[in-house]
Amino acid sequence: MKLRISGVVKSFGPTRVLDGMNLDVAQSEVICLIGASGSGKSTLLRCINLLEPIDDGQILLDGDDISQPGRDPDPIRRRIGMVFQSFNLFPHMSVVDNVAIGPRKVLGVNATTAREQGRALLDRLDLADRADAYPDHLSGGQQQRVAIARSLAMNPEVMLLDEITSALDPELIGEVLDVVRDLKRDGMTMLLATHEMGFAREIADRVCFLHQGQILEDAPPDQLFSNPREERTQQFLQRVVDAGRM
Amino acid sequence: MLVPLTPGWPKVKRSFFDGHVFVETFPALIRAFWLDVKIFLVAVPCIFVLALLIALARNTRNPALFPLRAFAAVYTDVFRGIPVILTIYLIGFGVPGLGLSREWGRPVIWGSVALILAYSAYVSEVFRAGIESVHESQRAAARSLGMTNGQTMRSIVLPQAVRRVVPPLMNDFISLQKDVALVSLIGPVEILRRAGIEKSLFANFTPYVGAAIIFLAVTIPLTRTADYLMARQRRRTGGTAIA
Repeated sequence: MKLRISGVVKSFGPTRVLDGMNLDVAQSEVICLIGASGSGKSTLLRCINLLEPIDDGQILLDGDDISQPGRDPDPIRRRIGMVFQSFNLFPHMSVVDNVAIGPRKVLGVNATTAREQGRALLDRLDLADRADAYPDHLSGGQQQRVAIARSLAMNPEVMLLDEITSALDPELIGEVLDVVRDLKRDGMTMLLATHEMGFAREIADRVCFLHQGQILEDAPPDQLFSNPREERTQQFLQRVVDAGRM
Repeated sequence: MLVPLTPGWPKVKRSFFDGHVFVETFPALIRAFWLDVKIFLVAVPCIFVLALLIALARNTRNPALFPLRAFAAVYTDVFRGIPVILTIYLIGFGVPGLGLSREWGRPVIWGSVALILAYSAYVSEVFRAGIESVHESQRAAARSLGMTNGQTMRSIVLPQAVRRVVPPLMNDFISLQKDVALVSLIGPVEILRRAGIEKSLFANFTPYVGAAIIFLAVTIPLTRTADYLMARQRRRTGGTAIA
């Protein structure tokens, strides 16, 4: 198992956001997390990346418990890439420097090499002509693709994508999803929190429906979307259909 | 505009705007101003570093570093709470009294130290506000790449924080440029004291006007430079980087 979430509990004050969550992710598997706002999708991803300490349970990466309190999180985060809903590019750096900063600071690659590799990566994502621009001069879709490139520059073993298209205008969503398709083709292990049901159905190996901090249903996409077992899942999908999002 | 019509104007004009006295005293004022410039040039980098260290100390999150946080808080409280002039008197007269050698007991040194200590407290608050204005998500993005806390602060948070605080920082440094004159009150012959001496020699206030003109000649370009830096920053980053 590449990644194993086992009995993870996370509370913010009196609210149990993750309530004994269990999930196994195999190498090169793509898992989509769906569910209402507040169901724990983002929190789960942030816990896996150790941005939030967990209260109970274990998170295992290649069988190694990365969630032990007191463990240095930095070497682990290098292996796990994360892309955020709001891009979070560094506004004071050019696009290529955004992509090069991780390898430079964390892996000790020298600036020239890191920038060369960054340009090559940007080229792969059709962003070569924006390499020297500043993030604020890019469209939302371009910014999010740069954010993906910034994570990829670290050669992560797992990618966590946290509602990466939610802040984008509809016409810009496609270009970002294309990048995720490419990543799947390259065999990247990915966890996506998403509201794009059509895309989840297309790309996921498994779809997990989260409800009140637990995974209520975990099934291949065709089964989960066409023939959901749980009543809660049916209700959620019905609401999505009613909202015209599927 | 109406000032020349007032009854006292001819007298004031003679004692404050005497062309002859102006020409006679101006070179001496310029020479004395050089000391102000030297104090300023030494103080600015010291304040920058000290203020940054204090701001960082106040921003530490590690519970074990509580004493450091507390010290920084007390420091800013104390030095922001005392008038600069009083700090200059206390340190400028107090420290040399400890029996330091003649070279190290000079008032100009301890007057400058007092300025540095006082202004570091102001400037550290500016830095702190700048650091806190950088959104938490920027830290999350940097940490998720595997950058350490220190790397995140140095490469991501501080560069953005410092850019944002350039205008208030320039204001503080312009104030400092003027407050250097306060050091004259404990002895050193810088421009204000020189102007006072010339005033007594000529029994005429024009040297003060000359000193004011010299200050303006420095502070106005400084202010314009700050505006220019801001505008350039806005152009380069599209405006949203600056709050």
